[in-house]
Amino acid sequence: MAHLKLDTQKIDECRKLAREISEPVEAMISAHTTIAIERATLRMIGVNGAVVRNGQYYPEVNAIIEDLHKEGKLGCGVLPLFVNGLIQTGLSVQALGTQVAEKKINLLTLPQAPVEEVQTHAKKLCADARDHLIRQREIRDANRVELKDPFDPQGKNGPLIYVIVATGNIFDDVVQARAAAQAGADAIAVIRSTAQSLLDYVPHGATTEGFGGTYATQENFRIMREALDDEGKKLGRYIRLTNYCSGLCMPEIAALGALERLDFLLNDAMYGILFRDINMKRTLIDQHFSRRIIALSKIVIHTGEDNYLTTADAVENGHQVLASQFINERFALNAHMTQSLMGLGHAQEMDPEHPDVFLLEIARAQMTRDIFPDAPIKFMPPTRHKCGDIFYSHLMDAMFNFVGVLTGQTIQLLGMATEAMHTPLLQDRWMSIKNAKYIFNGARSLGADITYNAGGKIESWAAKVLDDTLAHLQMIRSKGLSKAIEEKAFAEVSRRETGGKGYDGVILREPGYLNPFFELL
Amino acid sequence: MSTNQSRMSELELKKLKPYGDILNDGTIQVSFTLPVEPSPEAREAAVQFAEKMGLDQIKIATMEKAANGFAFFVIYGNVRHTVDYTSIHVVKVEAGKRSREEIDEIIRTKIGRKLIVLGACTGYDAHTVGIDAIMNMKGFAGDYGLERYQWLDARNLGAQVLNDELLKLAQKENADAVLVSKVVTQHNIHVRDLQDLMKRAEQMGLKEKIVFVAGGPRVTHPLALECGFDAGFGVGTKPSDVASYIVEEFLKRKGIHIDEPKE
Repeated sequence: MAHLKLDTQKIDECRKLAREISEPVEAMISAHTTIAIERATLRMIGVNGAVVRNGQYYPEVNAIIEDLHKEGKLGCGVLPLFVNGLIQTGLSVQALGTQVAEKKINLLTLPQAPVEEVQTHAKKLCADARDHLIRQREIRDANRVELKDPFDPQGKNGPLIYVIVATGNIFDDVVQARAAAQAGADAIAVIRSTAQSLLDYVPHGATTEGFGGTYATQENFRIMREALDDEGKKLGRYIRLTNYCSGLCMPEIAALGALERLDFLLNDAMYGILFRDINMKRTLIDQHFSRRIIALSKIVIHTGEDNYLTTADAVENGHQVLASQFINERFALNAHMTQSLMGLGHAQEMDPEHPDVFLLEIARAQMTRDIFPDAPIKFMPPTRHKCGDIFYSHLMDAMFNFVGVLTGQTIQLLGMATEAMHTPLLQDRWMSIKNAKYIFNGARSLGADITYNAGGKIESWAAKVLDDTLAHLQMIRSKGLSKAIEEKAFAEVSRRETGGKGYDGVILREPGYLNPFFELL
Repeated sequence: MSTNQSRMSELELKKLKPYGDILNDGTIQVSFTLPVEPSPEAREAAVQFAEKMGLDQIKIATMEKAANGFAFFVIYGNVRHTVDYTSIHVVKVEAGKRSREEIDEIIRTKIGRKLIVLGACTGYDAHTVGIDAIMNMKGFAGDYGLERYQWLDARNLGAQVLNDELLKLAQKENADAVLVSKVVTQHNIHVRDLQDLMKRAEQMGLKEKIVFVAGGPRVTHPLALECGFDAGFGVGTKPSDVASYIVEEFLKRKGIHIDEPKE
C-alpha cells in the first residue's frame, strides 16, 4: 500500500492537543448523569416492557425515570431507589419495573434497606447484566468465525461493502437486506425514521411505519439480526448489522444494540450537538456511557465527520474533519475503546468540477488511512453535489469506489445513483454493489503498486490539511471545546453550552451516586 | 447544419413525442424490477408491461438477477403516445432563480435589513427532512440552506409546532416569511392543517404582512394557493428557489422593482 510521507511530529502534537481538549470535558462528564444513562441502566438490568400511553407503547424505563426526575430524585442515580424497591417488595426486576411504571408502587415511599445491602445487590445485578452482554458478544463473534467474516479493521481485504435499507417497514427492510446481501453487501444499515434522534425514548416493538427509515427498536434489531444470520448461513458469509446510536437515546441504543448483537453503531461525540441541536453537555455525557457499553461489546463505531463536508465546503474544510477525528479518537479512548473499534468517518464530498478534484480526494482519504492505521476507516459517498441525474451520479460513485479501494478504506458506504431522490430501491442498491465489486476487484492491488510523488500535488495537499488541522486544534484547545463550537469550529454551525434539546435531562451527580456499570464496563 | 434545422422545422408541437435520434421516433428508456426470478417468462412479462406502457419495437436491453426472486430490466422502446404541447398550462411560482449571493445582495441594497424567516413542521408532523433541507445550513443538493444566507434571519423551529404557536411567534418576531413543511398526508391531514393555519393568519391580520410558503412532497403550488398560501413548493425544491421567491414577493408587496435574475 502506498503511503503519504506525513510529519509524524505534527500528528503526535494533534493527538496531544486532542487529549488536552478532552480533559475539562471528561471532568464535566464524570460529575453528571442523564435521564438517558439511567434509562439505559434499567434496560440493561432487565426492565424492558412498555406501558400504553395515548394509544401508543411507551417504555417502562421512561415512565419510571420521568417520575423520579420530576421529583428531583435522580442525583444518586436510579439504582439506589430501584434496588431498594427490589429488596423491599421481593419482586423480580421485570415485575417491579411494570408496577412502578404503572404507578402501582412508588419507589420514594418504600422503607429504606441498609446502603451496603443496596450496593451489594446493585453490583450483582449489574455484573449479571454485564455477563449477559459478554455472552451475546461471544455468540456474535462465534458466528463471525463460523460464517467467515471479511472484515479487517486495517482494510487489508479491501473495502467492506456497506449499504443502507430504509423502507420504513422492518419486514420490507428484511427483504431488501437479504437481496443486498445476495448481491454482495457485507454490511447492512437500517436507516432510522426521520427525527428519531430527537425522541427522548426508544419506541417499542416491531414497527411497520416510518418516514425515510425504520424506527430503531429492540424488536426491529432482533428481527433484522435473525434475518441476516439466516442469510449469512445461506451465503457462507457473515453479514454485519448497523444502526444509529446518536440523538437523545444514545446510551439506550448502545445497550439494545449490544443485547441484539449489532456489529456497527453510528456514534459520534459531537454529531448530535452540531446537526441535531442536542444540548452539548447531554450529548457529551451520553456518548461516554454509550461508548463504555460499546467498548465491552466490541462494537465498531462510525463517527460522523462526513456531515461536516455537507455543510461546510469540502475542499476548504478537510482540517475540520481531521481535527474532529482526533477528538473522537480521544473520547473513544477515554471510554476504554481500542483503535480497532473506531470507524472514523469522512467523505468524498468535494465539488466534482473542482480542478484535480480526485487528487485532493485521494490525499484526504490516504491521509486518513495513514494517520489512523489501526482504525476501520469509514468512507462516505458523494451526496451534496448529487441531483436527479442518476447517470452522472453513478459515475461519481464509481470514482468514489476507485478512491476507496486505492487508499485502503475499511468500510465503504456505497453511493446510490438515486441519492437526493428517494430511499434506495432494490435495483439501485444492486446497481451500486455491481459498480463497487467491479472496481474493488479491478483495482485491488493498485495501492500496493504505486507510490506518491514526494512533494507532489497529493502529498502537498495532505501536508496542508495537516497544518490546518494542527492550527485548528490549537485554537480549540485555547478556547475550550464548547466555546469553539459556539464560534463555529465545526461545520459552520454554532451551538451554545446551555442551548439545544435535552438539557433538562442532565443531572448533577450527588455524593452517593450509584451505578456499578461505570466500574464493570 | 441546414439539414438539421430543416429537419427540426418539421417538429409538430401539437403531437410532441420523445426524441432518440430521429424526429418523432418516440424512443424512451425504462428500467424496473419484477419480483420474480429471471426467466423467459419474466422477460415476456417485462415485454407485456412495456406494451401496456404504450411502447412499440420493444428491446429488452438487459435482464439481470438483482437478487433471488428479483429480475431487473432495462428496456428501450418507441412510445405510441403524443402530447399536445401547445395546450399545456402550468400554474407555477412566478419568481426568477437567483443565487444566494445575488439574493443577499438584493436584500442588502434594496431592504437594508435582514428578512426574518420562520420555518416549521406543523401539527403532529415530525418529519423535518423537508424543512431542514430548506432551512438548515447544510441545504440540499449542493444548495445552501436559508440559515447560511447572510441577509436572512432564518430560524428553523423544527417539528410538531402548533399553528397557533407558529403564528404568535411570527407576530411577536415580526416575521417577513413563514415556511410550513407538511410531509405526512394520511387522511389529507396536510391540507386541513394548511387551511387552518391560513384561516388563523387571516383572523390575526397577518396574511398581508407575511409571505406564507408551503412545502412538501405532496404539496404543489396550486394546492398551496387553494389553502390560502402565497406559494407552494414540491419535491426537488432548493433553498435558493424558496429564497428567490420570498425576496421577490416581499419586494413586490413593497412596490420595489428589481432586475430579472442574472442567469
